[in-house]
Amino acid sequence: MSAKKETLGRTVGVVVAVCLVCSIVVSGAAVGLRSLQQHNAALDKQTNILDAAGLLADAKGNIAKTYEERVEERFVDLSTGNYVEKPSADFDMYKAAKDPATSTKLEGSNVGFQRKPNVASVYLVKDDAGQVSRIILPVHGSGLWDLMYAFLAVDADGQTARGLVYYQQKETPGLGGEVLNPSWKAKWDGKQLFENGDVAIKVKKNASPDDEHAVDALSGATLTSNGVQYTLDFWLGEQGFGPFLAKQPWKS
Amino acid sequence: MAMSKETKKVLFGPILDNNPIALQVLGICSALAITTKLETALVMSLALTAVVAFSNLFISLIRNQIPSSVRIIIQMTIIASLVIVVDQILKAYSYEISKQLSVFVGLIITNCIVMGRAEAYAMKNPPMMSFLDGIGNGLGYSFILIVIGTIKELFGFGTILGFEILPLVQNGGWYQGNGLLILPFSSFILIAGMIWFIRTIRPQQVEPKE
Repeated sequence: MSAKKETLGRTVGVVVAVCLVCSIVVSGAAVGLRSLQQHNAALDKQTNILDAAGLLADAKGNIAKTYEERVEERFVDLSTGNYVEKPSADFDMYKAAKDPATSTKLEGSNVGFQRKPNVASVYLVKDDAGQVSRIILPVHGSGLWDLMYAFLAVDADGQTARGLVYYQQKETPGLGGEVLNPSWKAKWDGKQLFENGDVAIKVKKNASPDDEHAVDALSGATLTSNGVQYTLDFWLGEQGFGPFLAKQPWKS
Repeated sequence: MAMSKETKKVLFGPILDNNPIALQVLGICSALAITTKLETALVMSLALTAVVAFSNLFISLIRNQIPSSVRIIIQMTIIASLVIVVDQILKAYSYEISKQLSVFVGLIITNCIVMGRAEAYAMKNPPMMSFLDGIGNGLGYSFILIVIGTIKELFGFGTILGFEILPLVQNGGWYQGNGLLILPFSSFILIAGMIWFIRTIRPQQVEPKE
């Protein structure tokens, strides 16, 4: 540590040089790997949609091709329940929910977020004959620790649940994290979401497997189970996909 | 270059004789958080080893140029850049795992092992030895993480690397998973147990009574 290293000019020079080299390396990595990362994120989303569609086993690893052939993304105006054109080229309903121009403020809702998008994505799953067999609805709401994001698969009748796939959540592993447990996910298949036009699906303790309106709550995770309940209450109700599921525009 | 005694000591010493977690008690926070599954523990070990090794190498390369008044900041800049690069690579090539590790890769920046080795070793030693010292300390960290990750995953979830070893009651087996081991703080008990074990076979590590 000689004294000549400690002049002001030299110190500043070394700091600037180190910062320059580091920033070049970091930005190089970020730019160079961006397309791979976006590809991964898109593939991850498609995998989860196919999981909700019940096509993951059929896809046999060829996610992108299966998704291309069987799934169609459409856009729904939540207030009317009708299809609309894609609002913008890079539309993302979760980004749209943050912009006051494309979202609506929620009053007195316990779902866990403040604004909902005016237009939401839905994913139509087609069978081999090209008929819509399932509708995948993106839903989200608060869990115990953070918002939980899922895809809810509904049968073409607009009434029957086919699956609920959580793809982004931070619940406690082993307790609330059991929303990912295959045996719990399997309980959703065949449940009736509505009764006389009202949302009737309940997540409750000791629900009988024969009860077509109830799914057994997660043991040790009451707040997560409540979160799932509020999420479905909101997204299946009037403010969410209720009008869309009632009108069933995919049939015409 | 044949492996000299010095090289061996630098490379393998940190595993038992001078373990960064068990003896120096550094880097505990990440060891608590990401050892729930063995897979994440493995990836975290690799990421940390890469960061310590290369930060030691680069800092040692320019150690004679670094003005001592700003040396900590320069070390941090180099470490932070390396961590961002590692994080970007994980996102590009191992998306699932990077989702599970979430913020903990970023927190390697604040991991005391990295800073500690840069300041204590790389500032005073030539690049090649510093690089080996980084790998050695990474191995010491990995050793603890892998042992704890294995114990926690096996007795908490009944699996190792996702393969079922002890069939869980939830899935129709006989093993009741230990809920305590799933939670991060159970690592405290396990790390304490390992420190006890290491100090039993290496009694010279026991601190003298005051």
